[in-house]
Amino acid sequence: MELMLEQFPIVVQSLNVGFLQTLKLFFATLIGAVPLGLIITFGSMSRFKPLSFITKIIVWIVRGTPLMIQLLIFYYFPGLVLGKPIWGSGETGRFFAAAVAFIFNYACYFSEIYRGGIQSVPVGQEEAGLVLGMTKSQIFFKVKLLQMVKRIIPPMSNEIITLVKDTSLARIIALQEIIWAGQAFLKGSQGISGAIWPLFFTGVYYLIFSGILTVLLGRLEKKLDYFR
Amino acid sequence: MAILEVEHIHKSFGRTEVLKDVSFSLEKGQVVSIIGSSGSGKTTLLRCLNFLEHPDKGVIRVNGETLFDAGDLTTQLETQIRKKRLHFGLVFQSFNLFPQYTALQNVMLAKELLAEELPDYKARKKEIHREIKEQAVSLLTQMGLENRMNNYPHQLSGGQCQRVAIARALALDPDILCFDEPTSALDPELTGEVLKVIKELADNNHTMIIVTHEMSFAKEVSDQVVFMDDGYILEQGTPSQVFDSPKEERTKQFLKNYHSK
Repeated sequence: MELMLEQFPIVVQSLNVGFLQTLKLFFATLIGAVPLGLIITFGSMSRFKPLSFITKIIVWIVRGTPLMIQLLIFYYFPGLVLGKPIWGSGETGRFFAAAVAFIFNYACYFSEIYRGGIQSVPVGQEEAGLVLGMTKSQIFFKVKLLQMVKRIIPPMSNEIITLVKDTSLARIIALQEIIWAGQAFLKGSQGISGAIWPLFFTGVYYLIFSGILTVLLGRLEKKLDYFR
Repeated sequence: MAILEVEHIHKSFGRTEVLKDVSFSLEKGQVVSIIGSSGSGKTTLLRCLNFLEHPDKGVIRVNGETLFDAGDLTTQLETQIRKKRLHFGLVFQSFNLFPQYTALQNVMLAKELLAEELPDYKARKKEIHREIKEQAVSLLTQMGLENRMNNYPHQLSGGQCQRVAIARALALDPDILCFDEPTSALDPELTGEVLKVIKELADNNHTMIIVTHEMSFAKEVSDQVVFMDDGYILEQGTPSQVFDSPKEERTKQFLKNYHSK
């Protein structure tokens, strides 16, 4: 116990650095996947059959295989198979590879949620807008968008909370996120070795962060409670 | 001159022919009720008039201007159809109010968006906005909803929602206001308040087309009654002609079913 107290400041400092990387990956994924998901939605809902077919196949593959494999493929495929390493070396390269894999994976999940949201707005809303002389884009932005957002917040919250924990998968390509930072004390780092508790302690970070997100997303959901 | 002329409208969905040569005309200030059993094509006809469906054949003219001619593609450009729709208003069976807007905002929204297209919009922005709001307030007051303007649709009864929807359609001042079974989604005790405001509009010489199953109301409010059956207009005339001395056997049968209810 005394030893743990001694180690604590060193470990926390190291975990903080790792958690910063976790947060970076989390926000990069959100910022990239939220709009990319919408583009994929339009693709899969396109009336141009080849486009919607190809989009649906891609979504099927991405949702049907483990994110961990996708991470490995995105990171190693260009260098090891094509002989053209595109990610650059070191932590920055690993971060870019991880971010791209995460964005692509999450965009596919988001696109299905969006599709559900778009399809859940009754067709009468569009017709009412048309009859009132609105343009298609006015109908989308002024009438349908908020109704869609309201309907997709609960499933999106779920995905976002999952994303917090999924970032740990980036450990597989040695991205130095918080799990990696915790594990380092097991092997030996900064004079501490054989300590398992830092790895367990990373759970507290996830717990607090997902707690904050749950509260924020809950507030957003409540904000849109004023209509049905 | 007739305000509305509909000539030889045909409309099929796949292999089902829903409208088979429908023609009628309407004078300004007249009210025509369209009656007939479900599936006879009444709603499809209204949807064609509002360009929610494109007829396969036929012509639609308003005030002598050809708005739609199935044989002339230049009358079917999407950009123009939007403006053409403004000749008509449509009140839906299920209201289709916008749930995230208050009653007042529902009435104002479309008009505000259209105002942005006015050439002097930027210069007169505040004034235009005030005018639109005043008009919306007065329409809702006319509908007996002066105390409900800031309520959201889910806070209103069905009858109140339908009256907001009527005000919303009137806000754009359409030449012809169409009603698609405006009371069919309402509890029986709420139909009265909606029928009352439609009657008032008729008394104020609004030109209207009403698809309805309320026979006594149709009889009371209409100048003309159209009986549709299986995609055709089978019988047409004044309310007393159609209701009291129908010529067609099918009309008699339809009305008998109603009277026995």
